[in-house]
Amino acid sequence: MRALLAATILIACAALDCAAADWNVNTLFEMLAREKPGRATFQEKKYLSLLDKPVESSGELEFTPPHTLEKRTLLPRPERILVDRERVTLERGGKTFSIGLRENSAIAVLVESIRGTLAGDLGALTRTYSAGLDGDIAAWRLKLRPLDPALATLVERIEIGGSHARVKTVEIFQADGDRSLMTLVPAPR
Amino acid sequence: MSRSRAAIAAWVVGLVFCIWQITQAHFVSDLSSFLPSNPTAEQRLLVDQIRDGAISRVALMGIEGADPATRARLSQALAATLRADPRFISVTNGAATGFDKERELIVSYRYLLSPQVGAARFTVEGLRAAISETIELLASPAGMMTKSLVPRDPTGETLAILERLRPQDGPAVRDGVWTSPDGARALLLARTRASGSDTDAQALALSAIEEAFRKAAPAGEARLLVTGPGVFSAKGRAMVEGDVKHLSMVGSAIIVMLLFAVYRSPIALGLGLVPVVSGALAGVAAVSIGFGVVHAVTLGFGTALIGEAVDYSIYLFVQAGDGERAGDSAWVRRFWPTIRLGVLASIAGFSALLFSGLPGLVQLGLYAISGLVVAALVTRFVLPALLPAGFRIRDVSPIGRRLAWLAARAPRARWMVALLAVAALAAILQHRGALWNHELTSLNPIAEADRRIDAELRAALGASDARHVVAVYGDSAEAALQAAERVTDRLDALVGTGRLGSYESPSRVLPSQALQRTRLASLPDAEALRTRLRAALAELPLRPERVEPFVADVERARAQGLLTQDKIAGTALQTALEGLLFRASDGRWTALVGIRAPAGSASARADIGAVREAVAAAGVPGAILVDLKSEIDRLYSSYFNRALASSAVGFGVIVALLFAALKSPTRVLRVLLPILAGVLVVAAWHVASGTRLTLLHLVGLLLVVAVGSNYALFFDRLGTADDGSAPRTLASLVLANATTVAGFGVLAFSSVPVLQSIGSTVALGAFLTLVFAAVLSNAWAR
Repeated sequence: MRALLAATILIACAALDCAAADWNVNTLFEMLAREKPGRATFQEKKYLSLLDKPVESSGELEFTPPHTLEKRTLLPRPERILVDRERVTLERGGKTFSIGLRENSAIAVLVESIRGTLAGDLGALTRTYSAGLDGDIAAWRLKLRPLDPALATLVERIEIGGSHARVKTVEIFQADGDRSLMTLVPAPR
Repeated sequence: MSRSRAAIAAWVVGLVFCIWQITQAHFVSDLSSFLPSNPTAEQRLLVDQIRDGAISRVALMGIEGADPATRARLSQALAATLRADPRFISVTNGAATGFDKERELIVSYRYLLSPQVGAARFTVEGLRAAISETIELLASPAGMMTKSLVPRDPTGETLAILERLRPQDGPAVRDGVWTSPDGARALLLARTRASGSDTDAQALALSAIEEAFRKAAPAGEARLLVTGPGVFSAKGRAMVEGDVKHLSMVGSAIIVMLLFAVYRSPIALGLGLVPVVSGALAGVAAVSIGFGVVHAVTLGFGTALIGEAVDYSIYLFVQAGDGERAGDSAWVRRFWPTIRLGVLASIAGFSALLFSGLPGLVQLGLYAISGLVVAALVTRFVLPALLPAGFRIRDVSPIGRRLAWLAARAPRARWMVALLAVAALAAILQHRGALWNHELTSLNPIAEADRRIDAELRAALGASDARHVVAVYGDSAEAALQAAERVTDRLDALVGTGRLGSYESPSRVLPSQALQRTRLASLPDAEALRTRLRAALAELPLRPERVEPFVADVERARAQGLLTQDKIAGTALQTALEGLLFRASDGRWTALVGIRAPAGSASARADIGAVREAVAAAGVPGAILVDLKSEIDRLYSSYFNRALASSAVGFGVIVALLFAALKSPTRVLRVLLPILAGVLVVAAWHVASGTRLTLLHLVGLLLVVAVGSNYALFFDRLGTADDGSAPRTLASLVLANATTVAGFGVLAFSSVPVLQSIGSTVALGAFLTLVFAAVLSNAWAR
C-alpha cells in the first residue's frame, strides 16, 4: 500500500515537471527563490565599439539571499561592488564610493537585475523591467527590458540564461550597441 | 526756579534726541556681538568667518511629512523658486540637473584643473599608464558612465577633477533629491548672498524660503524645517523681540499695579515712571550712538532694568517725611547722598562690562550705566520740579511700622544667613571646575529643539563644515592661491597614507596662474602628441584614430589660455571658490584649506599633528592651522576670563568707594556682607540646579551687587541716623524690591535662555540681598 502511494506521488511529480504548459516566469522565480546562498566565479567580456578587443575581467560573485550581492573583481584590477539592500558600494584603487540604489544610477539598476534574478524576486524585477521568458527548464532565457525610458537610452535589454535554478550567463545589451557577457561557474563549496 | 526750568528744558531736549536716535537704531541678535572687537590675526579669521564667511550664509532645509514622491516634488519646486531669487547665490537639493555650465567649464579646462597633469603625464609612458587605467575602468560597471568621454579624455582627467570636487559623504538621493538617512526628510542647502550677520537680509531670506514653500505646498501637505546661522540670527532676534515685547508688558503691568496700590494716585504713578522711561530711552540711544546697532539681548535686559530704575522715584516719593515735600532740600540732604553712593557703586560694577572687550557686554554695560545715571539725575533734578504743589502720596507709615516690627525681629535669623552662605560657598567650591560655561553657544538665543534639528540636518547633509582649516594669506588672490598650493603639496602625502581623508582647496576650483602655466607648458603640440600616442597605444586595444578628439582638445586647451575668476563668474564654481578665497577685513587675501577626516566611521579623525607638521614644512609665512570649534570656544573663553577679571576689579572699586564714603571698615563690611551672601546663594542655586553660569549670569550678578548695595546702604544709613525715617525707608525698600523682582522675575519665564538666566539671577538675588541686609543690619540694635 505504501509502495503504491509512493509510486503515485513519483508519477505525479514527473508529470508536473514535464508539463510544458506550467513552465512560466512565475515557476522560474519560485524555483530561483528556493535556491540557497551561492558563490560563483565569473568571467566577463565587454565588447565595446571603442576598443578593438573585448575587455575581460574575472572574479567572484557571491549572493546571500535576499538582499546582499557582492561582486569581487580580481583581474584586471581589483574592485569590489557590494549591494546591500538600498546601498551600492564600490571600492576601487583604495577609494570607496557609495550611492543609494534609488539614485537612479545605471550601475545600480544593472546590479539589481542580477540580484533580483538570483533572489527570485519577480516583484522587484518587474518594477524596473518588462520580463519575457524563452526556452524550457533545462535551458531558459529571461529577457529584461527597462521600463524607464531614461534608462532605456543606456540599456536596451538584459538577457539572463540558465538551467533549472542555476544562472549561467548574464548578457547586457547597451543602447549604443556595446554589450557585455558574464559567464558564471558555481564555485566549489 | 530757573534752575529747575533749565533742568526740565535739558531733559525735554534730551528725550527728543533719544527718541530720534532710537528711530534710527538698528537691532541685531547674532552671537558675533559676543566675539572680540579687537582680535589678533587668527581671531580675526574666526570672527570674519562666523560673521561673514561662507559658513554664515548657509541655510539648511528639511521637508518632512507626506510621501517621498510629494517631498521630492516640493524639494524641486522650492529649489526652482529660490534659484530664481537673487537673494540666494546657490540652492542645491541633490538633483543632478542644472550643472551643465559647470560641467562644460570643467571639461574644457580639464588640463589646467587636473592635479595629474604634469610633464610626465604626456610622455609615451605616462600616456600608456593613464590610458591603460581608463581601459581597465571600462571593464567595471563604473566604466559605463565614463565610456562616452574616452575619445576626448582617454587619460581620465575629468574624472580626477570631479572626484576631488565631489563632497566626500554626500547625502543619499531618493526620487532624484537629497534625503535624510532615515528617508523621512527631503534635504536642501542654500547659500544666501547676504552674510549671516546681516540680520535684516537673513530675515528676508528666511521669509522668502517660507513663502516659496507655502506656494509649493499650499495645502500644508508637508512641513518645512529651516536652520542655519543666518536663520538662527533672524529667528533669535524675532524670539527675543517677541519675548521682550510680551514680557515687558507683563512686567510693566505688574510694576504699575504695585505702584498704584501703594501710591493710590494716577499722577504719582505717571510721575514715578518718568525717570525710568527717561533712563531706558537714554540707554538705548547711548548704545545706538556708541555701536550703530543695538543687540536684542540689550533690549531684553533693558526692559528688566525698568524694575531697578523705578526705585529712585520710589525713594523720592515714599521717603519724604511728614511735612516734607518730595524732593525738597530736606530729602536731598537726608537721602540723596545714599542714593548717589548707590548709583556710583552701580556704575563701578557695570564699568567692568565696558572693559570686557566683547561688544555685546560693552553694550549692556553702556546701557545700564547711562540708563541708571539718567534715571537718578532725572529723579534728583527734573522730577521734583514736575511735582504739582502739595503733591503727596498716600501715607505708607502704617505699612512701614509693621515692616519695622518685622525687621526688628529679623536679626534673629542671622545664624540662618550664615548657614546659607556657608552652604552656598561649599556648593560653589564643590562645583568650581564646572562653575562657568565657556562655550559661545551658551549665549545662543535659539531653543534647544531648534539646535537639535540643525544638528540633524547638518549630519544628514554632510554639511558639517571642515572643523580644521589652514589659512594662508597673500597680497593678491594669486599669491594666496600659490601659498595654498604649497600647503596642499604637503597634504597630498598625508592623504596618500590615509592620515587625512581629503582637503578642500580653492586651488582645486581655480589653480594659481603659475600652476596653470606649468600645466599648460606640459601639453605637447598635436604632432608630438600623435607620435607619442601611436607608441603608447601600440599594445592597447584602442586605436590612435579613436582618440583624435583628444588631440584636438589638447590643441584647444593650448590655445584658449588660462582659467580666470571672470570665466567662472556666475557658476557654482565661483560660489565654491568664494567660500575658500576671499579678501579679509584687513584687505589681505585669504585662502582656506579645509581638512577632512578619513571616510568611514564617524569617529575617524584626521591626524592633526601631521597636518601641523606639514603646514610648518611648507614654509608659508603666516600660515595658521585653526580648529574652528575649539578655537572659537577658547577665544570666547579667554574673553570670558577677562570679563570675570574686570568684574573683580569693578567689585574692588565698589569696596573702595564704600570706604571713601563710609570711612569705617565695620560699616563697609556690614554693607558688603548681605551683598556677598546674596551673590553666593544665587550662584550656588544655579550650580546646584545643574546650570553652568554664562556671561549673562555674570551680568546678572553684577546687577545684584548694584541693587543690593542700594539696599545695604539704606540699612547702613538707618543704623547711623536715628531720624524716625525707618518705617518709610523700609516701605520704600520693599516696594523698590518688589518692582525689581517683578521686572526681572518675568524674564525668568522667557523661552530665550540668555534672558531667562539674567531674569532668574537678578530676581532671586535682589530679593535675597534685601532680606539679608535687613537681617544683618544693626539698625535695630539700639
